[in-house]
Amino acid sequence: MTHVAISVASSEKRRLIGGIHPPEGKELAADRPIEPLPTPAEVIIPLGQHIGAPAKPLVKPRTDVELGQKIAEPAGMVSAPIHASVTGKTGMLGIATLPTGRRSDAIPITTAAGVGQADKTLFDRFYGGTWDLAQVETLTSRQIVAAVQEAGIVGAGGAAFPTHVKLMPVEKRPVDTIILNGCECEPYLTADYRLMIEAPQAIVAGLLLARRACGASRAIIAIEDNKPRAIDTMRTATRGLSDVEVVICETRYPMGGERQLIPAVTGRAVPVGALPLDVGVVVVNVGTAAAIANACLRNQPVTHRIVTVTGKGIARPANLLVPIGARFRDLIDHCGGLREDARRIIAGGPMMGYAVTDLNTAVTKGTSGITVLAESELDYAKQTNCLRCARCVDVCPLNLVPTRIAHAVKAGDLDLAQKAYIAACCECGCCTYVCPARIPLVQYIRAGKAALARFKARTAKK
Amino acid sequence: MSQTGALTIPNAAEQQPAMPRIELATSPHFADRSRTSRRMMADVLIGLAPAIVVAAIVFRWAVAWQLATAVVFGLATEAVFCLVRRKPLSIGDGSALVTCVILAMSLPPSLPLYATAIGAVVAIGLGKMVFGGLGFNLFNPAMVGRAFLMACFAQAMVSWQVPALQGTAHIHAVTQATPLGIAKLGVRDQAKARAAGTLDQFEVRQKLMKGEKYTFTDMLTGVRGGSLGETGAIALLLGGIYLLVRGAASWQIPVGMLGSMAVISVIGRLYNPDLVMYPHMQLVAGGAMLGAFFIATDPVSSPLTSSGRWIFGIGVGAFTMLIRLLGNYSEGVMYAVLLMNAFTPMINRLTAPKPLGGVATNG
Repeated sequence: MTHVAISVASSEKRRLIGGIHPPEGKELAADRPIEPLPTPAEVIIPLGQHIGAPAKPLVKPRTDVELGQKIAEPAGMVSAPIHASVTGKTGMLGIATLPTGRRSDAIPITTAAGVGQADKTLFDRFYGGTWDLAQVETLTSRQIVAAVQEAGIVGAGGAAFPTHVKLMPVEKRPVDTIILNGCECEPYLTADYRLMIEAPQAIVAGLLLARRACGASRAIIAIEDNKPRAIDTMRTATRGLSDVEVVICETRYPMGGERQLIPAVTGRAVPVGALPLDVGVVVVNVGTAAAIANACLRNQPVTHRIVTVTGKGIARPANLLVPIGARFRDLIDHCGGLREDARRIIAGGPMMGYAVTDLNTAVTKGTSGITVLAESELDYAKQTNCLRCARCVDVCPLNLVPTRIAHAVKAGDLDLAQKAYIAACCECGCCTYVCPARIPLVQYIRAGKAALARFKARTAKK
Repeated sequence: MSQTGALTIPNAAEQQPAMPRIELATSPHFADRSRTSRRMMADVLIGLAPAIVVAAIVFRWAVAWQLATAVVFGLATEAVFCLVRRKPLSIGDGSALVTCVILAMSLPPSLPLYATAIGAVVAIGLGKMVFGGLGFNLFNPAMVGRAFLMACFAQAMVSWQVPALQGTAHIHAVTQATPLGIAKLGVRDQAKARAAGTLDQFEVRQKLMKGEKYTFTDMLTGVRGGSLGETGAIALLLGGIYLLVRGAASWQIPVGMLGSMAVISVIGRLYNPDLVMYPHMQLVAGGAMLGAFFIATDPVSSPLTSSGRWIFGIGVGAFTMLIRLLGNYSEGVMYAVLLMNAFTPMINRLTAPKPLGGVATNG
């Protein structure tokens, strides 16, 4: 298909249409080096932590498992296997609370040894040492995709879409560009930033592998201009590599959203209802790239990830290397616990994260951070009627009219909501952020999407 | 939408004497706290403040009485509607206050207070509350109230008190024509004027058209006849710029409106210099400044999109000039705003933005 071109001069700073600039809050955790979480006594590993079908368990209760051992297999193409994140003994199949608030079947594992001790070797295991970039050329696309699938890699930026599906070349839709998403536009979170500073080699290896897998020629590393150190390290790490470019993006939320980043970086907009693939682009997050390198070059599946624990409601913000399935409580306790004025515990960042009230919530492959907001950071202004001030229209990065969609949903008019392109909304929340009337616009839009999905499911049955 | 839920953390409870109260809510968890509905209304009032000060200097106590009457009756009307509809009292959002202040500022200072009261009741009642309150009205409520007064008190609505600063002994008794009113005088032929005995009117009008009566400075500072809040062009401009800087009004509307008025008067003067005042006089005369920054920019009754706001602003300017030059009234801002308000839903539909990248056809 033809690409909708938006002219982008290659050297200039990449800009966003609309968007907002909320308080960045990155200073809380930006200078905290990645440290391993002391090994928890137990992890509870959800089987449904990715988009697609939940994985099917492979191990019986009371089985001894090793770190990295596959404990659940994918149930279909869009699914991902799950691996043990600690060495220990499995328990009865239980239920874990996911960061989204949903529940999922989960395999608990009681840790065998080293409980309460930080395993200093973990960082080197996943991110340290040298990465042989020459080895990338020895692997075929098929081998890389297979390794990625086998390692259970899903998007680490939050959406948790199985990565092998993204990387698999599609004959009809050739990919020419792969974008490494190092924007981390979500306020407060610094996990990707720390990874870029501390493990640039692993990320670059993963990027080259992903480029080879999807058949792209060009690789672009996109980083917001509030992260000069990350820009420097990534530039140094990619020096001498052909067709790899670091581009600087303005610091503006939601720059790191796929549908915002692609037009900003390549000048190609992704039409509503199309995928990045349709415009010849694949986007991978820096955490995902590091995981790809681990899968292909060190034969290590996804068992750990970096989680930022931050916010003014937490005693000691940190960037932690955490086993999948660790409970939020373990992370919060390690960071000195909640302050008295803590009001919201958010899985992810303040703009798109989910508030959780269950501290037994498990860290998943898509958990980028735990943000604990204090009362002073929150807003309690009263809701009024819509003033039709159009601020939501001005900030919408997808050129929608949020107030029209939201009020159509409120009135129960799903037809009108569809005509106003409810499906195109990426739910970034800019509209709600700026609304002076404090109308929960994106929340109405989400509710409308859910109602449409229910309606479609009903009519499909008939 | 947000609920709060209690949370117990048994492990941590021993170390922490006071348990934090953890809330459950959906994202985004941040809001732009520099802007709320009330703050936007407050910004409009702050923006109007300089013009109110000028009005108080020029027209003295009439300003206080008009403002107080409009506000008291307007807020009371809103309260009554809330009671009757069994809805929570909405006076606190500040929008009724803004409507009433703008209404008062658009009225002649000498208007009988009972007329002002009626205007305020109509503005809030018929202009806003019957549509469902804030955000649902099609037309600018203040202008609905003013149009009603125009229909009911036609004479009083075009009687202009002589500014107190011009030094007349009995202020209330004396009226004078406004610049726009003089421009409208039907005495354009010297011979006919002499025959009809209105030579003095002809001469005043000649002076105005040549820029000899009412200097630009008079117009800027507000020492002239006119509605209560419309005479101090500089004060209105200052307040207007504050509004734009605060983002409480869209800049496209005032720029579009004043721009189209200037262009039309330039063209008009080329066609017939005796018919049209100088462009810079047009922009500071009558309700142009008040209208451009404070009336036409009412977000509720103006379009949502940037291109829509351009169309709206240009349309208001064009209708204003049409009425000023060819209509029966000497001033046309009010009807121009109301006319364009009627077009707003259509403009919104025509200028609805296309989603980024368009809609995929081949999925």
